[in-house]
Amino acid sequence: MAEVPHRNRLLAAVLLAAGILAAPAAHAADPIKLGVLEDQSGDFALATIGKVHGIQLAAKEINASGGIAGRPIQLVIYDTQSDNTRYQQFMRRVLQRDKVDVVFAGFSSASREAYRPIVDQLNGLAFYNNQYEGGVCDSHVIVTGAVPEQQFSTLIPWMMQKFGKNVYTIAADYNFGQISAEWVRNIVKQQGGHMVGEEFIPLGVSQFSQTIQNIQKAHPDILMTLLVGTAQASYYGQAHAAGLQVPMGSSVNVGQGYEHKRFPPPTLANMYVTTNYIEEVDTPASKAFLGRWHAMFPHEPYVNQEAENSYAALYLYKQMVERAHGSTKRDDLRAVIAKGDVCLDAPEGRMCIDPKSQHTSHTIYLAKVNADHSISFPKVWPDIKPYWLGDNGCDLTKSDPHTQYTPSSPPPKG
Amino acid sequence: MASLLNLLYQCGDSFAFLVLSALGLAVIFGMMGVINLAHGEFIMCGAMVTVSVARLGLPLPVAIACGALVAGVIGIVLERLVIRHLYGRPLDSIVATWGISLIATQGTLILVGSSLPGVGTPFTSVSLGGNSYPVYRLLLIAVAVALLGALYLLFNVTRYGTVARATIALPHMAEALGVDTGRVYSLTFGLGAALAGLTGGLYAPTMTIVPTMGGTFLMEAFATVVIGGTDVFIGTAPAAAVLGVVKALATSWEGQLIGQVALLVAVIAMVRVLPRGVSGWLLQERG
Repeated sequence: MAEVPHRNRLLAAVLLAAGILAAPAAHAADPIKLGVLEDQSGDFALATIGKVHGIQLAAKEINASGGIAGRPIQLVIYDTQSDNTRYQQFMRRVLQRDKVDVVFAGFSSASREAYRPIVDQLNGLAFYNNQYEGGVCDSHVIVTGAVPEQQFSTLIPWMMQKFGKNVYTIAADYNFGQISAEWVRNIVKQQGGHMVGEEFIPLGVSQFSQTIQNIQKAHPDILMTLLVGTAQASYYGQAHAAGLQVPMGSSVNVGQGYEHKRFPPPTLANMYVTTNYIEEVDTPASKAFLGRWHAMFPHEPYVNQEAENSYAALYLYKQMVERAHGSTKRDDLRAVIAKGDVCLDAPEGRMCIDPKSQHTSHTIYLAKVNADHSISFPKVWPDIKPYWLGDNGCDLTKSDPHTQYTPSSPPPKG
Repeated sequence: MASLLNLLYQCGDSFAFLVLSALGLAVIFGMMGVINLAHGEFIMCGAMVTVSVARLGLPLPVAIACGALVAGVIGIVLERLVIRHLYGRPLDSIVATWGISLIATQGTLILVGSSLPGVGTPFTSVSLGGNSYPVYRLLLIAVAVALLGALYLLFNVTRYGTVARATIALPHMAEALGVDTGRVYSLTFGLGAALAGLTGGLYAPTMTIVPTMGGTFLMEAFATVVIGGTDVFIGTAPAAAVLGVVKALATSWEGQLIGQVALLVAVIAMVRVLPRGVSGWLLQERG
């Protein structure tokens, strides 16, 4: 087009003027928008509805005391329905249409790996508030959940010393279960033990007769159960009915699916779990947290570790934004993280974000399920760091590979 | 010897799961031609009612009967309200029952919550040759066989069975002879739903009770019915037997994943060879 006709030019000028007048002045009281993508229905809902409540509780508390740097938090919540494609769809929606400042998203590792490329591509910032198999080295993601070096390198040596050296693993057959099983294998070998069996179970399988017989045949001293989802949780009742009484270790049970509350005792007796929080944690900070929680959600069946992670994550975010003088830009927040002292006295105890991996240090509780399904804590490890990524060459302050590493495919050397 | 016993138990266990998963679906599909995608939700309903009643302190068999009854009554109501209007429109009935299934799953999540506490498996286990076998699961195998027998008697000996078979074969002739076909359809759909509820009740003590639990039965149920064809007795039972053996052998050979793969491969192969299912093939042979 060579020349804009006169009348249209006038119209354009009017539109432009209107645009300038209507443009939102970056006002101090504009809300900070927080996208929440969690499964409120489907197979994972049981473990994740509490995460949404944790975020709502933290947002309410923070808004009541003046917001983040004077700005209120506005939650944009979508139900991802335990469906990976929903994560992709809603991740695009919150980043492109709702234009949120930060997203809290994801339970299963499959869902996280489904949405992570979208966060990278659209230059967003996501908090993954879930324990997982570790290894994500990506500046767009901050992980507040526990990782294998925090859960397994505490749990497995302790159990091997107490029960013996023969270990059997049953694990959910997807990235979480496969990589976690690899961790178990490596730690067992380091400690001089033997793997006497390993089986991967497809998600959604609920019948375990053959698996139980295989375990009985192998006579393990320790059984690592890395089962995920409500269908696979049927294993415990069936194993108990078959008279299988091997001490069990896990990084996901109790702390996520509160199986000890759902199954009649003594189905889960003799299970040992390392977790960074469960509602039985008996400290003043935990009791006060639970009190506030039940005041807002009186019918909450259980407050699990991911619920506490989600709650704490919002306070960590608040601290980062306020120390960045109210900026929600990713680079400004990462400059704050790079100082290495983004720490919080959370309900579990002290947690700090590690600048190299953007993962979080935790207090790790060894929870034992007793015969009556009460919980005792034979051991507590304070301040366990997420060291694996940093020790193996992931340093987000220097480079940003957007990659998930595993023990068998670690970061490239040099 | 011990491993043979093991294998036998595993085959029986798979067979029981396949038969019990499929029976309700097979009755509704075989007798009425309706593909009921809400089958899993009737199972879930039976399981939820069973654990709720059992936790009130009633004995487990009574609780399981309540589960079957409630699922059956809901089935009859749904037949009157929805399914009735969709006879002869199989695709529409698929969409309608799928919608019912979505509403039921989400409605249960909202009304009941994300899970109900279980009741625990009754009885202990018996040890034989170094392996232990849970008594309850042995019982499930017996119940599956007994249920097949009872259904056979119901359809071949009782008056309802005769009238139902007449209605299915020639509905207009049956009507002309004074049969209330509407009532027969209602009862048959209710029977299918009650069988699904019974399955839910029977497996409730061995599973986690959540709104999505019906889904874990669906694949096995549909595989069995697809292989079996339209006749419950000469279709569902042999199909479950074949698939049970395939699944148990593959699972004991290489684990759960290969067990599932083998099941689906067997389904594909059999559908290719016997497009009308086992019962279609047998009926053809008989002439």
